[in-house]
Amino acid sequence: MGIQFDLNKCIGCGECVPACPFGLLEVVNDKVQLKEGCTLCGSCQDICTYKAICIESVPDTKLASDSHQGVWVFAEQRKGRLKGVAYELLAKGRELANSLHTELSAVCFGHNVDKVSLIAHGADKVYLVDSPEFANNPEDLYTSLLADLIRQYKPEIVLAGATSLGRSFIPRVAAILGTGLTADCTGLEIDIEKRLLLQTRPTFGGNIMATIICQAGRPQMSTVRPRVFKRSAPDKIRQGQTIKVDFNKECMTSRIKLLSFVEDITETVKLDEADIIVSGGRGLGKPENFQLLKELAGVLGAALGSSRPPVDEGWIPYCHQVGQTGKTVCPKLYIACGISGSVQHLAGMQTSDTIVAINDDPNAPIFQVATYGIVGDLFKVVPMLIEKLKSE
Amino acid sequence: MNIVVCLKQVPGTADVKIDPQTNNLIRQGIKNTINPFDTYALEEGVRIRERHGGKVIVISMGPPQAESMLREAISLGADEAVLLSDSTFAGADTWATSYTLATAIKKLGQYYVVICGRQTLDGDTGQVGPELAEMLEVPLITYVSKIEEISDVQIRARRMIDEGHEVIQAPLPAVITVTKEINVPRLPSLRGIAKSKSATIPVWNLQELGGDPVRVGLSGSFTRVVKIFYPQRNRQARIFQGDLGNQVDCLVDELKSAGLV
Repeated sequence: MGIQFDLNKCIGCGECVPACPFGLLEVVNDKVQLKEGCTLCGSCQDICTYKAICIESVPDTKLASDSHQGVWVFAEQRKGRLKGVAYELLAKGRELANSLHTELSAVCFGHNVDKVSLIAHGADKVYLVDSPEFANNPEDLYTSLLADLIRQYKPEIVLAGATSLGRSFIPRVAAILGTGLTADCTGLEIDIEKRLLLQTRPTFGGNIMATIICQAGRPQMSTVRPRVFKRSAPDKIRQGQTIKVDFNKECMTSRIKLLSFVEDITETVKLDEADIIVSGGRGLGKPENFQLLKELAGVLGAALGSSRPPVDEGWIPYCHQVGQTGKTVCPKLYIACGISGSVQHLAGMQTSDTIVAINDDPNAPIFQVATYGIVGDLFKVVPMLIEKLKSE
Repeated sequence: MNIVVCLKQVPGTADVKIDPQTNNLIRQGIKNTINPFDTYALEEGVRIRERHGGKVIVISMGPPQAESMLREAISLGADEAVLLSDSTFAGADTWATSYTLATAIKKLGQYYVVICGRQTLDGDTGQVGPELAEMLEVPLITYVSKIEEISDVQIRARRMIDEGHEVIQAPLPAVITVTKEINVPRLPSLRGIAKSKSATIPVWNLQELGGDPVRVGLSGSFTRVVKIFYPQRNRQARIFQGDLGNQVDCLVDELKSAGLV
């Protein structure tokens, strides 16, 4: 099993070398050589004219069953309020269900949740588990409950938000069911012929995109980054069915006990739901200078973001951090002030619709992903920007 | 009792650049390192041992070269290390990886906590910790930023979630995944370095692991990568020219005409 090179066929042309997204191939003494780290992605196999590269396929012992039908969206809520990503997934899920000529269902665990809006946003069915126990999203109970529902109703696709909740309990559901799960997707499409979900996600800190399929396991499961897909307008007269699922407290006990919860009382505009984000980096120099960005954010009705260095320095709390280890954001407008644009930061914001970069270093990588750039001192540019916007 | 820490060797991609001509990752001079998020897991494991005793065992699934990383982990305070390495482990997705790690952890014997980093720098999924917990059938606490109390039978930890933070109590054994806020990893000690040089690191292949061959590597993976490509970075930034005031005016005009402000 694995990748094989037929060195009799290899002429050392080197055609495959640039094809490897990980740069693992080289030509030594007119023959191809592979370094460690191959993911068996197959890019080199496709490009070799001489058919010298072979990736032995594994006999698919696990075959997908046809008995799985329908697209499910796990509609996340907190304290009865649905998250933005639930609506985004309903819009995308509707599209996928239409391509597959199947139903879209929302699964919602919570207490006093607005089920009507789930139908208005595209669900044909809502599986609702309403219990006061669910107000604070107990992951242990959600894991067994969702796995049970999936076993019972057999959907072919299950989507959930790549939030801290989704990223914590959805992998456990996949592990129980014995099926594939793709994390942090930014693209979802259907291969109609094979009835497969094509799941695209950034990897290597956003440097590489990978499209992933789950051939054998069902359901095909993905967590999806918030704000990647657009929500659709609600259709108030849309009809749907609500199925109340009994939750038997006696049968399920959580091993985990929540002792306390402290909400981050941050700005009025939440980072992951903002249309505009004003973000600051090391270039701000000191904590007090975030005041300037707060003022700009105030004028624009924007949320306040940060790259990692100010957070590490303690200038601003972690909940403002955008990037690989912070939040992934996708606003309509992202204004980066004094951020050089490390790979990790870019991974968290480069899918924003419009990016404005303000930095005094013309070679800063942030300009490579920016739509508009101003090369200059942010302490001069930002006050001018505030004044101009105020006067408009 | 054992504290098991799961490590992954990753390319130190922090400085990765894309070659503008070939659009490839430039790999020259990039060394493999311990996944940065796993260094916090290792440090926390060592700190728990310092308070409560026991042994810190580090495990990793990877190619033979990953042995150097395990030696580094010993220099940083781990007591023992095991490398899970076999050609049949290649191409594993998170499910197959978790299965392989879970099988090894069961074979290691009694443990009271398994610690993982919150995600890796390369694959970036953050799924192995949660999947591992389920395969070991033990409780899970993700995104732990502080262990408030730990005994032989119970853990109380603070975790970071999107909306704030929670304090969670769970019985042990359990799996936890940790964030960088949890500690500041120490540097290797002289004693540790000496120990790491002489340490014997067993390598378990599939047979020694005693795992099910159809559940490891590519054959145990439900997901397959079918296409790899580079994200479109063809955004040609429009860099404004002229004096700053003029540049700001141009920017605001552009944003206004795009309906953004």
